[in-house]
Amino acid sequence: MTVKTAPGQSRHRNPMERQSAGDRVISVITYIVYAFFAFVCAYPFYYIIINSISANNLSERGKVLFYPMEIHFKNYSRMAGIPGLMDAAKISVLRTLIGTVLTVIIAAFLGYMFTRETMWKRKLWFRFVTVTMYFNAGIIPWVLCMRNLHLNNNFWGYIFPMIVQPFYIILCKTYCESVPRELQDAGEIDGAGTLRVFFSIMLPVIKPILATIAIFAAVNQWNSFQDNLLLMTNRPDLNTLQYVLWQYITQANSLKALLSNTTNSNAILAGLATAATATSIRMSVTVVVVLPVMLIYPFFQRFFTKGIMIGAVKG
Amino acid sequence: MTKKKRSYLEFLYVLPFLVLVALMSYYPLYGWIYAFHDYMPPKPISSETYVGLKWFQYIISNPVRTADVIRVLVNTFAMSGISLAFSWFPMVFAVFLNEIHCKPYRKFVQTVTTLPNFISWVLVFSVAFNVLSSTGAVNAVLTELGVIEKPIAFLSSRDHVWFRMWLWLTWKNAGWAAIMYLAAISGIDEQMIEAAKVDGATRMQIIWRITIPCLLPTYFVIVMLNLANFLSNGMEQYYVFMNNFNKKSIEVLDLYVYNIATTGRGNYPLSTAISMLKSIVSVALLFITNTVSRLVRGEGFI
Repeated sequence: MTVKTAPGQSRHRNPMERQSAGDRVISVITYIVYAFFAFVCAYPFYYIIINSISANNLSERGKVLFYPMEIHFKNYSRMAGIPGLMDAAKISVLRTLIGTVLTVIIAAFLGYMFTRETMWKRKLWFRFVTVTMYFNAGIIPWVLCMRNLHLNNNFWGYIFPMIVQPFYIILCKTYCESVPRELQDAGEIDGAGTLRVFFSIMLPVIKPILATIAIFAAVNQWNSFQDNLLLMTNRPDLNTLQYVLWQYITQANSLKALLSNTTNSNAILAGLATAATATSIRMSVTVVVVLPVMLIYPFFQRFFTKGIMIGAVKG
Repeated sequence: MTKKKRSYLEFLYVLPFLVLVALMSYYPLYGWIYAFHDYMPPKPISSETYVGLKWFQYIISNPVRTADVIRVLVNTFAMSGISLAFSWFPMVFAVFLNEIHCKPYRKFVQTVTTLPNFISWVLVFSVAFNVLSSTGAVNAVLTELGVIEKPIAFLSSRDHVWFRMWLWLTWKNAGWAAIMYLAAISGIDEQMIEAAKVDGATRMQIIWRITIPCLLPTYFVIVMLNLANFLSNGMEQYYVFMNNFNKKSIEVLDLYVYNIATTGRGNYPLSTAISMLKSIVSVALLFITNTVSRLVRGEGFI
């Protein structure tokens, strides 16, 4: 009898089974090695979080390693006062919201439309869209052309280049094709047009795949850094959180200037535990940028297998 | 409504999106035209700025530039080569993860090792900076233990940059890449494994004779995709990790074209010329690997 197990579930095991000595040695080594992998992946995040809530004069000297010391939340309550940070957060949230909604709607609509056999030259247009996955002009020609389209130094430069994603369209198309054709036919017999069938019949049915796409699109938008770097060269007010964080890390001088402008320079001299330091800002901003991803992470774990198959689906 | 009319109407519905695709993905190809001009923004290109193949010849005729391009190609080949040489790692990671019988522990490991895939390279760099800087966790522990006297400059040294970049890439991606193999493992026929057990196979024998051979088709596709993307490492990872100390070794092709366009006065035509050559070679690589895949597996991946 063939037993299908879900991905990620171990196969061929029976707890009562006798293990040979060799097998047991392998077991022990496996457990230890994977504990190491898990530690390497998890500890850095833990380290940053405990440091961001520990006394800043201790974290500055690398003293906080295993647990938070002299806990305080000043680093977070002070955040609103860091110039530019709130604006960047606003831009990041906005682009994530708008970008995700549009990506999902377009993927759903085009995915559905490309299943309509009645459409004029359907196969050709489908190819026209999906073949863009396989070539790339290169970043500089791309930037020059985006400039011609006035998408540089423009918020929509974050949105338009990212919302038509062939991967997601293929995914939606495949999903639509798996829906029984009778469902659409029934609607059409009742007199619904192409759009009506989409909004009233197909959209509710394909929701599960749209949830998957929404999550991946949102993470992509939130994490996007390169378009900020390439396109928004003269508009610091359009910088995203990713970019601002990167500036804080690489331009320690500007961070220092920023600190001495605030009233806390005296506090630094006095060696106060809650005085903002370059390290404290870096760490707390890192936590803020990583937190949204960490918070939705448990919810989208079940979409993993689908998500990875996005890359494996044929066009 | 006639059938014909409906067929055109449906085309009209998708037309706006086709225009968007044309502008965002096809129009940038028109940007290649800048490679044939002496383009200096903000002055637009015209028939007067046309210089033919000047910039392509410049890559070969200017010794400094040629040396630069060779250095960058070596970096690119090294980084992609290391990735390719270790491309079996996620597979082995998945195989042994599957050997862990304690389910909560296995889930925990899988969850934790997949998380880094979902954070940006900027955040990876931030993590690296916070943990590896002179006051970071690693140096703090090593100093405490008396292993080192002075903090090690992990991020601002040029030593082993290629390998360290691979380590970060693996840290970010391996857990995620393993999921595909885990899915493939769960599709292996249980009967085969039961039969092997009845015949007295040990776990290593089952892994070596059944699990790995069943995963090889998936692995083959990954290798082919790796080869197709051999020149395209992307610039983000290398850009965030780049500094004055490691620049010479970290510059891959994608980062190099960005750097020549943005540093100093900015040489857009040269950058475009190199991008163009890279894109053409990449498409050729894709066709070659796809053909190989079709010959070996009977189906391509395009």
